[in-house]
Amino acid sequence: MIFRVIMFALICLPINAYSSNVKVHQRVFDNGLKVLVKEDHRSPVVVSQIWYKVGSSYEPGGITGVSHMLEHMMFKGTEKYPKGEFSRIIAENGGRENAFTGRDYTAYFQTMEKSRLEVSFKLEADRMRGLSLNAGELKKELEVVTEERRMRTDDKPRSKMQEHFMAMAFSNSPYKNPVIGWPSDIANYKVDDLQAWYELWYAPNNATLVVVGDIKADDVFALAEKYFAGIKTSDIKPIKPQAEILQHGIRKTTIKLPAKLPYLIMGYKVPVLNSIENDTDAYALEVLAGILDGGSSARLASRLVRGKQIAVSAGAGYNMMSRLPDLFMLDATPAEGQTVFDMEYALKEQVYDLKSELVSVDELQRVKAQVLASAVYERDSNFYQAMQLGMLETVGIGWEKVDEYVEKVNQITAEQVRDVARKYLLEDQLNIAYLDPQPIRQQKQNSKVAGGRHAH
Amino acid sequence: MRISFISILFILFSQSVYSAAKIEHWQTSLGSSVFFVQTKGLPMVDIRVVFDAGSARDEYQYGVASLTSALLDTGAGEWSADDIAQRFESVGAQFGAGVSRDMAWLSLRSLTEEKLLNKALNTMQVILTSPSFNEADFQREKNRTLAGLKHREESPGALAGMEFYKVLYKGHPYAHPASGVIETVSGFSVEDLRTFYQQYYVAKNAKVVIVGDLNKQQAMNIAQSLLSDLQLGEKAESLPEVNLTKKGLNKHIKFPSTQTHVFAGLVGMHRKDEDYMNLYVGNHILGGSGLVSQLFAEVREKRGLAYSAYSYFSPLLRKGPFTMGLQTRNDQTTQAVKVMQNTLKDFVAKGPTEQDLIAAKKNITGGFAMRFDTNSKLTSYVSMIGFYQLPLDYLDTFQKRVEAVTVESIKDAFSRRVRPEMINTITVGGA
Repeated sequence: MIFRVIMFALICLPINAYSSNVKVHQRVFDNGLKVLVKEDHRSPVVVSQIWYKVGSSYEPGGITGVSHMLEHMMFKGTEKYPKGEFSRIIAENGGRENAFTGRDYTAYFQTMEKSRLEVSFKLEADRMRGLSLNAGELKKELEVVTEERRMRTDDKPRSKMQEHFMAMAFSNSPYKNPVIGWPSDIANYKVDDLQAWYELWYAPNNATLVVVGDIKADDVFALAEKYFAGIKTSDIKPIKPQAEILQHGIRKTTIKLPAKLPYLIMGYKVPVLNSIENDTDAYALEVLAGILDGGSSARLASRLVRGKQIAVSAGAGYNMMSRLPDLFMLDATPAEGQTVFDMEYALKEQVYDLKSELVSVDELQRVKAQVLASAVYERDSNFYQAMQLGMLETVGIGWEKVDEYVEKVNQITAEQVRDVARKYLLEDQLNIAYLDPQPIRQQKQNSKVAGGRHAH
Repeated sequence: MRISFISILFILFSQSVYSAAKIEHWQTSLGSSVFFVQTKGLPMVDIRVVFDAGSARDEYQYGVASLTSALLDTGAGEWSADDIAQRFESVGAQFGAGVSRDMAWLSLRSLTEEKLLNKALNTMQVILTSPSFNEADFQREKNRTLAGLKHREESPGALAGMEFYKVLYKGHPYAHPASGVIETVSGFSVEDLRTFYQQYYVAKNAKVVIVGDLNKQQAMNIAQSLLSDLQLGEKAESLPEVNLTKKGLNKHIKFPSTQTHVFAGLVGMHRKDEDYMNLYVGNHILGGSGLVSQLFAEVREKRGLAYSAYSYFSPLLRKGPFTMGLQTRNDQTTQAVKVMQNTLKDFVAKGPTEQDLIAAKKNITGGFAMRFDTNSKLTSYVSMIGFYQLPLDYLDTFQKRVEAVTVESIKDAFSRRVRPEMINTITVGGA
């Protein structure tokens, strides 16, 4: 019987998953640096990530995007390792590296063959406090970031729409600002802005070092101690809460841009793990997102894309791991003959259903089965495992929660899903953006044989 | 409660040379090749069934391979799209299907717990062997594809990429985009898809890749039962060779964007090309090594002209393209293209320095283990080895072949294969 197989899977899987869970080792140095190590001996490789508690949600007006700009400048050299040396040394050791900035974190990583971990530590420890910033390099890199913004946002109608949407949805929460920053802020960064930002946030007492791979925890701690334990701390004051004011009524905006397809985004203001006492609500919202968009059998694909065939695509998403209260997002692209307003109606109807009727046993089971299986699949990647630990720790939830996730999701009931829909998916807390496509004027020009414009 | 995973995947021979995955190979009773790698430590398996049924088989129906693939899980046997999705997702399995220019594939990731895996496999088997191709599902998926093709026209980068292939491969099956074009897709009937499926989704045209925590007997049973109901069919005919163009073109398409997207390149190499290693290692230095490549240094680090600047070869069954790319503010397009051209010209004329080559070799061999350190990456590698009929010890000999490359051999290969006057340059933007 299918049903029995399912129940079996539900009850037994988490236990299997837990029994094979690998322990995370933690050590905190006197200077405040937290080191997390997870051993995974499947491949002779190691990933090392250093996470700083700083991102766009920490930035005051006028210098939005400065965390991201600084992330770029972190590759411009220190006194000890001048410009280009960091990347050259990592490459020469077979390593791969990069960095990323989010609303709530900035992180740098290297993936190396396991014997080269020391190379990564040596370089990363050096640039934690020793970065050389200068105006000439900033001027050039500012152009790079401006190109990045053009590529990511300015020339992409949906990305631009997303930016406008967030700016409307949040009144005073720093989530109203884009991670990459507003154009006029980017254009006006000064070396002093970056220097101050760097000195304040880049310090051991504001960082978490996460290492996952074919290494022994004690060896990693010893190596980390050698390079990081002597680094001086920074005097970091608690960041101001900037709690978003209560929204009193629906907000809507229309974005008119050259585009081919109309598009709709909706977002309800909701709490996250960090912002509520009782974390059940956050896990219930997570499950609710799965009911709507957890795979091809979930409601949005099954009902709107296939059943009614009114959308060519539709999605839902909830980020319970944000540092600050966030939005429960819905989006849809209408099918031919349908409008964004039809999409709005259809998505609201789905929300209404969640409030008025309990989700079925089968639906709930599928969401949970996928979460359980994903917990195994995720362990295929050291990088992903390190990401999870680093992110949880950096946003203030604490890495220990990583082990609770599967079990907490598993405990969520149909009633709790209905209750969070009733409690949080409220019309007065809703924000909507409509993309109204404008014609794209495009023309082909004659081709010509190369050689007309020679270089030099 | 701690379990240390013991790796049987990688055996340490010396400090830097690993024996890569041990690939076992056999044929099903219908003659389909199977490639299997046992990995331990995680109770999961990745399965891919690959057909020589990519968009290069479209003929004049651009997009028919892609839409055929998209229809597979929308109805099969007695099941609807909902039934199929529910069957996979109730056991936490992840199913996918897609096409590239060369291949079409169906993929499954599942836990190895027997009852869960069996349900997922059983579903995949029915999708593979008895897809329904219902009219209603076809109309819907066709409309969704058309919407996707329209959406593509919002992107100057996507338009430039399409034009690039069109110019390089005029008259060849690689010329059109794998997802097709509006003009052709809107004319399809469900019969076109069924015909395509019947011709190409057959045992003689199939390869199976299995990577995960199973033993060989289990893998043999899985491959056998997955494909046993397929029609025997015929292997796809060999694709035509690519005619090389005589001289490079410059082509500009005006588009209302703040940046101009640049694609420059020419017809490059195929998977078993005799110049493969020289071109691969050479390109690593020129534009393939991310933050330390020459193009990145010249375009971004020295001049701040673009966020990304790169080059790569895409080796295919026939000669795939060599592509250089960047995006830049419209008014500095000419300057950026010049920098790109000069970097290439210098590289082709002088070759890399001995120092560059040593650094590149260290990077490639030193990071070799990272190429297949997850089941996902390993599955991709084994699929490539299987589909392109590369030697089973391809990964084992890879480092040795990298070491054999010299400055002279790179220079020689580039001067024959990447001649600057043959470069086609496509620009799309407001420049």
